[in-house]
Amino acid sequence: MHDLLQQLLNGLSQGSIYALIAVGYTMIYGIIQLINFAHGDVIMVGAYVALGCALMGLGLIPSLAIAMLSCAILGVIIERVAYRRVRPVSRLAALTSAIGVSLFLEYIMMYFLGADIRTYPAGFFPERTYSIFGVTINNKDLLVLGTTLVLVIILQYIIYRTRTGKAMRAVSFDGQAAQLMGVNVNSTVAITFFIGSALAAAAGLLYGIYFNTVQPLMGLMPGLKAFIAAVLGGIGSIPGAMLGGILLGMTESLVAGFGGSMYRDAVAFIILILVLLIRPTGLLGKGVQEKV
Amino acid sequence: MKKYFSTLIICLVLAVFFVAVQLGINSGAISWYWMTNLYLVGINIILAASLNLINGFTGEFSLGHAGFMAVGAYSSAIITANLGLPFPLAVIVGMLAAALAGLLVGLPTLRLRGDYLAIATLGFGEIVRVVLMNIDYVGGASGLTDIPAMVNWPIIFFSVVLSLLLIRNFICSSHGRACLAVRENDLAAEMMGVNITYYKVLAFVIGAALAGLAGVLYAHYYTVLQPREFSFMLTFNVLVMVMVGGLGSLTGSVVGAVIITIASAFLQAIPELRMVIYAALLIISAVFRPQGLLGEKEVSLNILQKLGGVLSGPVRSKQAH
Amino acid sequence: MALLEVNKLTKAFGGLVALNNFVLKMEKGELVGLIGPNGAGKTTVFNLLTGLYQPTSGNIVFEGRDLRGKHPHQITKLGIARTFQNIRLFGNLSVLDNVKIAHQVVTNYGLIPAFFRIPPFNRREAEIEESALKLLEIFDLKKHAYEKAKNLPYGEQRRLEITRALATKPKLLLLDEPAAGMNPQETHDLLELIKWIRDEFDLTIILIEHDMSLVMSLCERVLVLDYGSLIAEGTPQEIQQNPRVIEAYLGDEEVAAWEE
Repeated sequence: MHDLLQQLLNGLSQGSIYALIAVGYTMIYGIIQLINFAHGDVIMVGAYVALGCALMGLGLIPSLAIAMLSCAILGVIIERVAYRRVRPVSRLAALTSAIGVSLFLEYIMMYFLGADIRTYPAGFFPERTYSIFGVTINNKDLLVLGTTLVLVIILQYIIYRTRTGKAMRAVSFDGQAAQLMGVNVNSTVAITFFIGSALAAAAGLLYGIYFNTVQPLMGLMPGLKAFIAAVLGGIGSIPGAMLGGILLGMTESLVAGFGGSMYRDAVAFIILILVLLIRPTGLLGKGVQEKV
Repeated sequence: MKKYFSTLIICLVLAVFFVAVQLGINSGAISWYWMTNLYLVGINIILAASLNLINGFTGEFSLGHAGFMAVGAYSSAIITANLGLPFPLAVIVGMLAAALAGLLVGLPTLRLRGDYLAIATLGFGEIVRVVLMNIDYVGGASGLTDIPAMVNWPIIFFSVVLSLLLIRNFICSSHGRACLAVRENDLAAEMMGVNITYYKVLAFVIGAALAGLAGVLYAHYYTVLQPREFSFMLTFNVLVMVMVGGLGSLTGSVVGAVIITIASAFLQAIPELRMVIYAALLIISAVFRPQGLLGEKEVSLNILQKLGGVLSGPVRSKQAH
Repeated sequence: MALLEVNKLTKAFGGLVALNNFVLKMEKGELVGLIGPNGAGKTTVFNLLTGLYQPTSGNIVFEGRDLRGKHPHQITKLGIARTFQNIRLFGNLSVLDNVKIAHQVVTNYGLIPAFFRIPPFNRREAEIEESALKLLEIFDLKKHAYEKAKNLPYGEQRRLEITRALATKPKLLLLDEPAAGMNPQETHDLLELIKWIRDEFDLTIILIEHDMSLVMSLCERVLVLDYGSLIAEGTPQEIQQNPRVIEAYLGDEEVAAWEE
C-alpha cells in the first residue's frame, strides 16, 4: 500500500513535468497544427541556461526567470526562422524542418558543451525529505508540484482573461476567420511560441533538478512523451494536456515500480497506439471534420 | 524504339559498373575502406528509396525506418546465426517480418493524420530497441554476434537494382498512381474510387519490407548487431538523404544516399559537427526547397543530355568509387 | 425501379441539424437541380450520397442497394461520381494521370503484374491510356495531357474535374457548383456540355448551383433546401413562383440573380 502511494506520488511529480511540456505542445499544435519537434530541445536549452545561472551564483527563482525568458525568445526565433515560411507550403516540409531544428539544438550543444552529464551545483536546491504516513516526500516533489501549479494558474489567466489569450483562442479555433476579424495571426503565433517555450524552460529546470541530469539529449524522451500526453488528453486542449501528462506520469511510475522498469519507455508509445485506436480525439478533445 | 535504346544504355552502364567494381575488389584497387563505404551506399540507397515511397510518393510521414530495419536485421540473423538455416531463407524472413511490423504499426495509425504517424512510428522504433535490449536470445544490450558474413558485391548490387526496379514499377503502375493521388488530395482520391487506407498501408508495408531487406544486408555484412545502432539517428540520416535528393524523386534518393554516405565518411572524425551540418541542411532544404534538390524530377538520360555536366556529376561519381 | 431513392435522410453534427428528413426519388436520365441559400445543406446531401458522411437517420438506396455503411470508394464503384465545389484535382500530377487514376475503378490489375510488368500489365495500361486520352480529347483537354493539372486555367480545371469524374463510368453524377467563378460565356459552354454528357454518357445528374439562369434552363426538376429542410420541389416555373422559396432567398445576395 505504501509502495503504491509512493509510486503514485513519484508519478504525480513526473506527470507534472510532462504536463508543463504537454501544455506548450498542445498550445502550439492547436494554433498551427504542427508537431513542434524542437519543443523537447527547448527544455534542454532551458535546463542549460538555468545551469549557467546557477554556476554564476544566481538563486533558483532568478535562474528560472532567466531560463524562461531566454527560451521564450528562442521559441519565437525558431518559429520565425524555421516554420513561418514553410507552414503554408507543405506540412511535410514543416515537420522536416522541425526535426532539423531539434537535432540542430541537440548537436550544437553537444559540440560546444560536450555530451557529459552535468548537475546543478550542490547549494542550488538543497534536498530535504519528509516522511508522512510512511510515504517519503522529497522537497523536489513539492518544488515541481508548486511551480507547475503556479505556472498553470498564470497560463489560465492569460488565456481566459486577457486580449492576447482571446486572440490565441480565436486563431486556434479558425485562423482565417480570426484574421478577417482583425487578429494579427503572425504575432499571435509568435506569442504562443513565446509562452509555450517559457513553460518548456521551466520544465527543463524542474527536470534537471528532479533527475539530477543536464545533458544535450535530455529533452528528446520527455518531449516525445509529453506529445503523447497531449494526444492522450486531446490535442489542442490545455486541461487535456494537464490530465494526459499526469496520467502518463503515474502510469509510467506504476509500471516501473511494479517490475517493468526496462519497459518504462515503451509505456507511452503503447498508450499512444491505444488512444489512436480507441479514441483518436483523446480524453478531452473534440473531433474536427474536414470541410468539403 | 528510343525507349528500348535508353533501357539498353542503362543496362550497359550498370553492367560495366558492376564488372568494374568486382574487378577492383578482386585486384585490391578498391580498398577495404572504400568497399565498406560502397556497400553502405547500397544499403542506404535501399533505405532512402523505400522511405521516399512512404514519405515522398504517398505523402505520409514515417519515422520508423530504423525500427523496420532492426526487425529485418534481427529476424534474419536469428535464421542464420541462431538456427543455422540458409541465407536466402533469412532474406525472405527478414523482409516478411519487417512487412508484418509495418502492417501492425500502419493499420491503426495510417487512418489518422500524418503527424500522428510520425510520432507513432518514432515510438515504434524506440519500442523495438527497448524490446531487443531485453531479449537474451538475441544478446540483449550487448548484441548479437557471429552472424555469418554472406554479403558480397553481387548481392548488394542486385539487391539495390532490384529494389529500385520494383519501386519504379510500382510507382508507374495504377497502384502507384493511386498512392500519388492519396498524396495529392486524399479526399478526391477516395471519390475516384481509391481505397485510401489500403494504399497508405500498402506503400507503408512495401517500404517497411525493403527497410527490412536493408537490415538483412546490414546484419550479414557487419556480422554483429547491437540494438543501439538502430536509434532515431539512423532514421534521421535516411530522412536527410530523402530530403536532399527530393521528396518524390527516386533517382533523387539515389543521389542523396550517395552524397550523404560519402560525406559521412569524410566527416566521421567530427560526429557532432556532422549532425549540426545535416540538421542545418535539413532546415535549409525544407525552408527554401521543400521538394528537395531535384524536386520531383527524375534524372533520365534526356535530362542528362540537356543539362550536361551539371547533373551528371553526382551520378557519375557512383562509378568513381 | 427508381435509380436513386433517398428516404427521410437526416444528418446532425452534435446539436446542429445540417439536413432534416430529406427525400428524393430519381429515375434514370433525370437532371435535377438542388438550390438553396449558403449553408442550406446542399453539399451535405452530396457528402451523404457519396459516403463521406454517414446519415444520422434515414437511408439511401441506389439501384436497389442500401448505401449505409459503405465507404466512399465502394460507392464510386457502384456508380456515383462527383465534382467538388472547391476544385480538388491532383495538382502536381499530369492531366492525363488525373484521368488515369479515375480509371482504377473500371480497369485494374494485380500487384504482381505491377511489380514485375508481366501480363496483363501492358495490355491493361494500354487500355487505360487509350480510354483516358479519348476522354481528354472529347473534353478538348488532350493538348494539355502532359501538363500539371494545377497549371491549367481555371475553366479547364473545372472541365478536368468533370472529365475525371466521368472516367469512373458513373451512372449518377453529382456536380457541386460547376459554374462557380465562371464568366457568362464559360457558363453557357458549361450548360451545353452538361446537356451533351447526359445524353452521350447516359447519365443521371444532380446539380448544385447558385447560377439561377443555369439551373432554370437546364433542370427539369428543382429542389430547394433551406436550413437543412426541403421547402419546395417542382419544375423551374413552379419554383420561381413559390412564395416560400422567394422568402428563403430574400435578403440573400442571390435575390439579384433571382430577379433577372
